[in-house]
Amino acid sequence: MDVAFLVEKLGLTVRCGEDRLDREVSGGYAGDLLSNVLAGSKNGDVWVTCQAHQNIVAVSVLKEHACIILTQGRQPDTDTIERASQEGIPLLVTELSGFEIAGRIYGLLHP
Amino acid sequence: MTLREIADLLDARILVGGDHLDIEVKTAFSADLMSDVLAFAKPGSIMITGLTNPQIVRIASIVDNSAILVVRGKIPPEETLTLAEELDIPVLSTRYILFETSGRLYANGIVGCVRKIEGPESVIPL
Amino acid sequence: MTQGCECSFSVEGEKFAEAGKVSVEIKKMLKKIGIPDDVRRRAAIATYESEVNIISYAIEGTVKLQVTRDRILIDIRDTGPGISNIEQAMEQGYSTANDRIREMGFGAGMGLFNIKNCSDTFEISSEEGKGTHLKILINR
Repeated sequence: MDVAFLVEKLGLTVRCGEDRLDREVSGGYAGDLLSNVLAGSKNGDVWVTCQAHQNIVAVSVLKEHACIILTQGRQPDTDTIERASQEGIPLLVTELSGFEIAGRIYGLLHP
Repeated sequence: MTLREIADLLDARILVGGDHLDIEVKTAFSADLMSDVLAFAKPGSIMITGLTNPQIVRIASIVDNSAILVVRGKIPPEETLTLAEELDIPVLSTRYILFETSGRLYANGIVGCVRKIEGPESVIPL
Repeated sequence: MTQGCECSFSVEGEKFAEAGKVSVEIKKMLKKIGIPDDVRRRAAIATYESEVNIISYAIEGTVKLQVTRDRILIDIRDTGPGISNIEQAMEQGYSTANDRIREMGFGAGMGLFNIKNCSDTFEISSEEGKGTHLKILINR
């Protein structure tokens, strides 16, 4: 399953990385504490978070996430979009809460 | 689902509130940043978080969460558990990560708290 | 029977372990005097966010609660750096928090936004280098 599949199934808004939606998704990680994300997330994870500041990009790059999904309609600022664009990390937005979007992605990963 | 069923589903330890396991839970809110809980959590929802400081208990008390479920195998420190006992808020801990925990609960019919947000002016906080 | 009350609390900057003590106290007090659930909750949320702002950014502050027949007034004053751009600070998600603050679970950038949403009327003024003043009014 790739990021494009999630975008389509879940109606996500793509803020950058339109050309990188073919990245493979192998799991998910939800959380806003960067130290926990660094310790606990895996390569290929979809990272679900409400953090919209530019530090999230470095974390995603380091952990080789498939993409970042911002919850509750959170809009990333221009610095974050620029960094994510440069690094080739798709930045997506959902109107749903962290719980709901994690629930739905989990369902798609474990049908 | 009852708290007991949630604990069974997630192999969770009951740290505080062993006598409240029949509480019925229908909604959940997951967050590591507490302002989101204040903005969006519904009374009666279960708070799912990786934070373990006493803040989680104070917030749960303010928004009337039915219980707190701590993830990532974390066990809150004594001061958090003591405060939870004082404010009578059950605290559970599961080894599953937040994503997996949310996924499993969602698959079992627990729903989130937020209605669809139309735009910045129309967020419904309560 | 309607009851009123008036009291004042101090909040010290940097005391993250104490964040929320005043709001929990206020919530209990409002319950004792028969304030309905929804109103109590809004007052507690608004107070909590104000406390966290003082602790995160100010040197110290005071939270004054005044309850009358038909409204709750929460007046918060702090001494500290103040807010340079109030409009920006009111934006959902805008935060000047550092990583240390975020790792404790604060700094989501929802504080002033949450306070405004919980209030029936909300006034904010701030002077750079001096501090910030909030007036929160919630109808009973």
